Amino acid sequence: MTTLLVAGASLAGLTAAEALRRNGYDDQLVVVDPSPELPPDRPPLSKQVLAGAWEPEKAALTVAQRLPELGVDLRLGTAAAALDASTRTVTLSDGSTMQPDGIVLAVGASPRRLPGEQPAGVHVLRTMEDCLALRAELDAAPQRVVVIGAGFIGAEVAATCRGRGLEVTLIEAAPVAMGRVLPGSIGAFVAELHLDEGVDVRLGVGVAGLEEDADGRVRAVRLADGAEVEADVVVVGIGVSPNVGWLEGSGLQLEDGIRCDATCLAAAGIVAAGDVASWPNSRFGEVMRVEQWENAVEQGEHAAQRLLRELDGSGRGPDFAPIPWFWSDQFDRKIQMAGRPAASDEVVVVEGTIAERRFVALFRRDDRCTGVLGVNRPRHVMQARMKMADSLDWQHVSSAFT
Amino acid sequence: MKVVVDYDLCESNAVCMAVVPEVFEVRDDDFLYVLQEEPPEELREKVEEAVRRCPKQAITLEG
Repeated sequence: MTTLLVAGASLAGLTAAEALRRNGYDDQLVVVDPSPELPPDRPPLSKQVLAGAWEPEKAALTVAQRLPELGVDLRLGTAAAALDASTRTVTLSDGSTMQPDGIVLAVGASPRRLPGEQPAGVHVLRTMEDCLALRAELDAAPQRVVVIGAGFIGAEVAATCRGRGLEVTLIEAAPVAMGRVLPGSIGAFVAELHLDEGVDVRLGVGVAGLEEDADGRVRAVRLADGAEVEADVVVVGIGVSPNVGWLEGSGLQLEDGIRCDATCLAAAGIVAAGDVASWPNSRFGEVMRVEQWENAVEQGEHAAQRLLRELDGSGRGPDFAPIPWFWSDQFDRKIQMAGRPAASDEVVVVEGTIAERRFVALFRRDDRCTGVLGVNRPRHVMQARMKMADSLDWQHVSSAFT
Repeated sequence: MKVVVDYDLCESNAVCMAVVPEVFEVRDDDFLYVLQEEPPEELREKVEEAVRRCPKQAITLEG
């Protein structure tokens, strides 16, 4: 009998498990995850669930609801603890070992924290448990919430807290918000949006440390410029690190996550998907690791198909060459971007204006369109992305807007 | 096969439109319109893909 192992029961892992079944794999399928409960759909954790508009059950993954039909040996509370890639021997956290015929590594990432002991009142946001702990503190109507980091999580949490009527300070070491995903200075509108909504935004200043009171609870955030910002609750949103510590010495190449080839293959019979996987995206000629919802789905499906090709020896199949896409909802604005633009690309606004925060911008590098950014323009973003899927040729993509 | 959209969940991200434009269209008013509530069987695979790709998990397929 054949056995396949999926490590990770979040979006990428469960999507891969479902794709294995859909593509005809009907032997033993084991899914392990260290979490004692099925992980939730994460996007609502910084928005609807944190706002109190949704109860946790509503944020369940729909693929998790389809699990009973998949005939999966689901082992929650069990982590993959060690791997020998050459023999595909996996040691699980319960001490048992297994030697599956194929492995999907979808073990995700963990939030980075500030160095040192964290006083009470300091939160990160990754799991439902994190979300509910933070929500309980917000329910107690704190005087001021300080959010450290204005990436996806930080900017969305700041917007949600402000939407709850709380006083919020948003601190970002970089000169623009969401600078890791929005290239160059175009993300300036994000900070302006937050300022207009009453968030105290501090850009270009790092955090030097946290001050705590006599009870060991955070009372202020100390900034690198010497200023202190009073805080009853602190949310740290400074990015995530791929969960690869357990793979040291496994024989896999670890370089910004699990480095795969262009087809998501990490080693013979081993594929990776989701936040933990880095791979050369041949469409953009660039190695990437994408921490986005849709990539978890697309890469989970691709990795599953790639693994089945390993089993039946039908060749490497197509590259995994998606056009990355994300959305972020903050206040009444929907920010969406597709592609992989760089700070040096020319920005061409083809619809609306950045000032009114309802626009579409294309990114141009030589004769190629490298990306599209839209605010409250979902139709246009997706139209550009559909064009980009045919060809990145600048004339081809930009013709959608003339 | 019947396409059902939960409009309380739908946020017009338009991913479904990219997957199967014969069935889903987000218009200039930013709302999603289902062009064929009972699409033909040959579109089933595509519609199922749209269900899986919806970031709001707002689409279901009956039958």
